[in-house]
Amino acid sequence: MDHVIIVRYGEISLKGRNRGFFEDKLVDNLKLRLQEYPNLTYYKKDSRIYIELNGTPAEPVLTKAAVVFGVVSVSPATRCSTQFDEIAAAAVAETENAMKRGKIKTFKAQAKRGDKKYPLDSQEIGREIGACILRRFDGQLTVDVHNPDLTVYVEVRDYAYVYSQKVPGYGGLPYGTSGKGLLLLSGGIDSPVAGWMMAKRGLILEAIHFHSYPFTSERAKEKVEELARILSLYCRRIKLYHINLLEIQTAIREKCPEELFTILSRRFMMFIAARVAAHNHCEALITGENISQVASQTLQSLHVTNAAVDIPVFRPLIAMDKMDIINMAEKIGTYETSILPYEDCCTVFLPKNPATKPRLEKVLQHEAALDKEALIKSALDGLECKIITP
Amino acid sequence: MEIYLDNSATTKPLDEVVAAVNHMMTENYGNPSALHRRGLEAEHAVKKARSQVASLFNTGNHDVIFTSGGTESNNLAIFGSLSTIRDTSRPLVTSAIEHPSVLNIFKHLEKNGRKVIYIRTDAQGFIDLDEFKKALDDHPALVSIMTVNNEIGSIQPIAEIARLIEACDEKPVFHTDAVQAFGKIPLPSTAVDLMSVSAHKFHGPKGIGGLFVKKGARLAPLMFGGGQEGNLRPGTENAPAIVGMGTAAAWAEARLSENMDKLNQLKASVINGILKEISGVRINSPISPQFAPHILSVSFKGIRGEVLLHSLEQDGIYVATRSACSSKKKSRNHVLEALQLSPDEAEGTIRISFSSFNRQDELDYVIEKLKHHVASIRRITGWRG
Repeated sequence: MDHVIIVRYGEISLKGRNRGFFEDKLVDNLKLRLQEYPNLTYYKKDSRIYIELNGTPAEPVLTKAAVVFGVVSVSPATRCSTQFDEIAAAAVAETENAMKRGKIKTFKAQAKRGDKKYPLDSQEIGREIGACILRRFDGQLTVDVHNPDLTVYVEVRDYAYVYSQKVPGYGGLPYGTSGKGLLLLSGGIDSPVAGWMMAKRGLILEAIHFHSYPFTSERAKEKVEELARILSLYCRRIKLYHINLLEIQTAIREKCPEELFTILSRRFMMFIAARVAAHNHCEALITGENISQVASQTLQSLHVTNAAVDIPVFRPLIAMDKMDIINMAEKIGTYETSILPYEDCCTVFLPKNPATKPRLEKVLQHEAALDKEALIKSALDGLECKIITP
Repeated sequence: MEIYLDNSATTKPLDEVVAAVNHMMTENYGNPSALHRRGLEAEHAVKKARSQVASLFNTGNHDVIFTSGGTESNNLAIFGSLSTIRDTSRPLVTSAIEHPSVLNIFKHLEKNGRKVIYIRTDAQGFIDLDEFKKALDDHPALVSIMTVNNEIGSIQPIAEIARLIEACDEKPVFHTDAVQAFGKIPLPSTAVDLMSVSAHKFHGPKGIGGLFVKKGARLAPLMFGGGQEGNLRPGTENAPAIVGMGTAAAWAEARLSENMDKLNQLKASVINGILKEISGVRINSPISPQFAPHILSVSFKGIRGEVLLHSLEQDGIYVATRSACSSKKKSRNHVLEALQLSPDEAEGTIRISFSSFNRQDELDYVIEKLKHHVASIRRITGWRG
């Protein structure tokens, strides 16, 4: 009898001939996430991954494994031989532990039989194990098959596995199985969530941040680095680029109509992001844009911004409600940092009445007043790059 | 080049202060309350420091209680006095331009039902004495008025306030927050009951300050413990910091008038330089006996204080501003509001605060950089004089 963590991965099992690639990547990612526990051993079987604890405490392994992208759920389980007495003993022990953790009055035992040659069928195993538990905790527990406080799961395969907890993971695909994207990361609430969502679909993240020091504070940069650090908890390491937009913003301010300031700034961010992406083999841009949240995110504005680049632009938050974005930011741990006061754009630049329905031809016409190439080159010359790790 | 002009926020400790603290930490590390010689030597050092600090406010009629700094001294003074006064119907009097460590105490008391009278100031930053006289008619239990305002440097009429209080039948406790005055200017009156001071504002260490308590003043402790500091601030004495504070106080006392002259010269040269080179400026802290020599508040129209601060920081020049560049919350400044500055002026206000270690050639460079940055920021904000 020993202890394992069962890691379930849902969607990957639907993959055809590529399944092995996704599974191996997931195992690699689990190993990296859990590298501080040298005694763990891993194996793939039954369309899942098993982590043998070999004496490592289950709790921290469980929490860390659960947040690895691609993992649907994890369970700490007792693994034993398929001999009935041993399964029963494990089930009783599992029940006893659960009763120590919290108040339990009702339970059920639910079995699954992978080994069809096993002498009892699933129904019978469940019933017999239930009876054993009931005998042991006579007077303390009753059976409730519909709404029990505790469900003891028994799975009989080449080994038997007994468990009662299922910790949900985030699902998605193993990190690094979908190519590389460049996230336009600001200090706000939305963009970290957008990056996280794409990373969950297997995209490797790099991030680019635009500031206008000294019109913004160094703390604004630090805040974005902290957001990148939080994302790196899911993505291991993030390459973060800082770009100073001050010269560009000054030029826009001097040469273009005030109401187009934001949309033109956005276009320059896209120009620069596309170049940085190309240079670093990122195949998509990711933004936190969300339809009609602000003037620069109306359909017309998004069209004008989008027309700045050829590279695909992913906007995973496009149809989400702000409250749902906030809830996600809280869940992934970026919210508290995002609401710190330091901002990426000084209020002196912000137009009083930004255009909400800019027309592309008109924007292009005003953009032509700027020495676009020189401005982009000068901004790229000042690029700062940092590798952010947890 | 690094030019530190944020000496009202904190000062760089003197070398001799660092040496004194170091000595206390490495050699004279005993607990002053211990009965053996190690303890006795530490006790002697603390005693010497206490007299050095007391000497800067040489009244013979006050005891010095060491605290963790200005904030604690203010809390001890106000809460400690009020807990000895039974009658909670008597109001409390303070000014509208106090430091947050005083103002927020009164806000807290107000929330709990206490009546607080906030005396307004005139456009120069001095409290309105007529209003103050009227407030005295309400028989306040306590008056707390700062000696030097931390943002603009106005010196409040402490001696006059003390005289008015002296004339009351039912005298309120008189506390002054002298954190920006102590070690910088001669203190205007000895007739205060309680006075808060802080070491790191005059080249001492952080985390140490003092409360001057007039003999016979009634004060209760905020914390309870082993009886140190006359039972008013128990806890093992922070002997290294106390000795550091004493060293800084002795230095400040020996050079008080010399330093004041130097600081006034530095301040005057910056004021003249700014007025000569830059338009659209308002000087909130003129050269005058009624303004502290080390604080200079200037408002530049068409500027964000924080942008100017970061621009100067690129040249190694460190100043302060209370107007943070945030669109989410308009940072309102209670002091500049009390001065009736226009929002534009308030937003473009920076504080330059000197130490006697600043040099004239540094300040010429500062003027040059100020001129340059103000002009380039104004180009962006579109301000025209």
